Amino acid sequence: MQRQAEAVERARLAGERIHHFHGGLRLRHNKKISCEVPLERVPLPARLFVPLLQHAGSDLANALVQPGQAVLKGEPIGAYEFPDRGFVHAPTSGTIVAIENGPIAHPGGQAGMRVVIEPDGLERWTTLSPCPNWPGADPQDLLETMRRAGLVGLGGAVFPTSTKVQGAGAAGVHTLILNGAECEPYISCDEMLMREQAGKVIAGARILRRAVGAERAIIAIEDQMGVVEQVLKKALAASDAEHVEVVRVTTIYPEGGERQLIQVLTGLEVPSGGLPQDLGLLVQNVGTAAAAADAVIEGKPLIERVVTVSGNGVKRPRNLVALFGTPISALIEQCGGYEDDVQRLVLGGPMMGYALPTDAAPVIKAANCILALTAKDIQAPQPEMPCIRCGECARVCPAVLLPQTLHWQASNGQWDDARDSGLMDCIECGCCDFVCPSHIPLLDWFRHGKGMVRKRAAEQAAADLARQRFEAREERLARIKQDRKDRIAAKKRQMSESSESKKKVAEALERARKAREARSGGDDKQ
Amino acid sequence: MLEAVLPIAVLGLMFGLGLGWAAQRFRADSDPVVDQIEAILPQTQCAQCGFPGCRPYAEAIASGEADINQCPPGGEAGIQALADLLGREPLPLNPENGVEKPPRVAVIDEKICIGCTLCIQACPVDAIVGAPKLMHTVIASECTGCDLCLPPCPVDCIDMVERPASLMDWRWPEPGRKRGAA
Repeated sequence: MQRQAEAVERARLAGERIHHFHGGLRLRHNKKISCEVPLERVPLPARLFVPLLQHAGSDLANALVQPGQAVLKGEPIGAYEFPDRGFVHAPTSGTIVAIENGPIAHPGGQAGMRVVIEPDGLERWTTLSPCPNWPGADPQDLLETMRRAGLVGLGGAVFPTSTKVQGAGAAGVHTLILNGAECEPYISCDEMLMREQAGKVIAGARILRRAVGAERAIIAIEDQMGVVEQVLKKALAASDAEHVEVVRVTTIYPEGGERQLIQVLTGLEVPSGGLPQDLGLLVQNVGTAAAAADAVIEGKPLIERVVTVSGNGVKRPRNLVALFGTPISALIEQCGGYEDDVQRLVLGGPMMGYALPTDAAPVIKAANCILALTAKDIQAPQPEMPCIRCGECARVCPAVLLPQTLHWQASNGQWDDARDSGLMDCIECGCCDFVCPSHIPLLDWFRHGKGMVRKRAAEQAAADLARQRFEAREERLARIKQDRKDRIAAKKRQMSESSESKKKVAEALERARKAREARSGGDDKQ
Repeated sequence: MLEAVLPIAVLGLMFGLGLGWAAQRFRADSDPVVDQIEAILPQTQCAQCGFPGCRPYAEAIASGEADINQCPPGGEAGIQALADLLGREPLPLNPENGVEKPPRVAVIDEKICIGCTLCIQACPVDAIVGAPKLMHTVIASECTGCDLCLPPCPVDCIDMVERPASLMDWRWPEPGRKRGAA
């Protein structure tokens, strides 16, 4: 307890000095190619396909609309079973054409439910409900506004923002960290957002800081982001924001990871199984902050985001503002189409992203980057060789795990051992996979392994529930049986008691009769 | 002679009393081996093993009355885990007890249900709700797929269906296998 309090105190110095995290890789950035032109908006496509599965940790949203129904821009069209998960909103005004299964961005290439909207092109907004006088608003009102706006973490994890902020606020947070360190190659959506909408990011920082009750906010950017620092500092000077700082961190992959960024800023590790709030910190992506500003100041729900379209397979790489539900093909078209030698489409960055089987999949809240890769970008799959225990993977692992041990356990199905060796602390950055000289698909193993550990935990929980219910039922049946026995015994006792009293009455009558007879006999004698 | 026998006898008596007292004082609430076996069993409570639930089967395994290959829902993986725990050779699943099936859930055809409550009484985990002469329904998240509600139903309105695959159930496949095969 005392050690934790000490750690919280030390974490207050976040950003004063730049520290290092274990391992990591210096990768080629390849970011400049998508930062040469300003943000562009993707024109309204003929149809929008809004997936109902967009938030982490929840099942499909339930559609709130029917085919044929007219919707306004920003109207909720899907609600989650858990109210804290918020809503899915209509990105434009138009008519609902269908609610159907179709291609979505999914690592397994699975289909998912989508609400198909035919835009009317009028962009008529629904009634917007901003949070009035937000610099002095109640934190609960801010959280509620963000929840209604369907705000999720736009860094990639898409965890509901209001839930995260509320949990952190309850635990006590002194510093809000805005994560502008998008360390993965090619991805530049956060950089462009900060360059062009710095004021919005700073307003978002103030809103999130107020919502969580933190004293200060740090905007962490990479040292390779060029003009971003000046732009942010100028915007800071122009606004009346206090206790908001910009801190430059060195660019090493995966610095944009929440735990890695915290380690760089504070020198402290978030404990395994713990959360940043254990150190009094809250980390949010800069895109989330901008979306929070839209939601609170203007009342606009989350219906669009900045998407990087990059890679050698696309003619004019750039950053686009796209409505959710816009088919990826429309984004590629806006960027001049594919090069002839394009080979693969990837959602996310080259390290952590996954291949998309089709560009018919729509943009979702989690889509930060679309990469079109050519044959020369893609390493031909190399034959997997046995592990030579060189230890390179352990040297680069930012979570300080032993990937060679985890791989041994995972490939032998020793899931409990792998879990105990820290498999669930793997952040799936792919560094070990990248450096492995034996070309072992370590990242795939760990993704599979984490799924297996979760599945086994879920099965165990279901079995425990069944056992509890079975035991409760057995107990109840035994109790009912006992009750019945007791009742029968009581009745019998009562019966026997009653026959005894009958006997007593009979005896008394007998005695009285005898006494009368004796008396009348005496009378006779007289 | 006596001075040799007496101290040993007294010592024996003292240890005996001490152990006897300790056995009473520190009695284990339940047999830890039974608990460990029960933790491996899938808790379907389906009675396919021939015992009226997972706990009785675990007790039977521990006492040597039953073999470790009588649990179809646990399947090969369950038998392997039991064999590892008890230091025995894994056996193939005994076909007399049934075959391993994918997890399933009971569904009541609510149009046909006459509200007889027989399935409610048969369900080992109280996963069916209803009242006499009113329609019954299955709480899908609590159903273990044990099939025990099927035989008592007089109108045959209960079906066992495979649990519908949800996108949330998708997991990264084992490397080397084809993507999409969960």
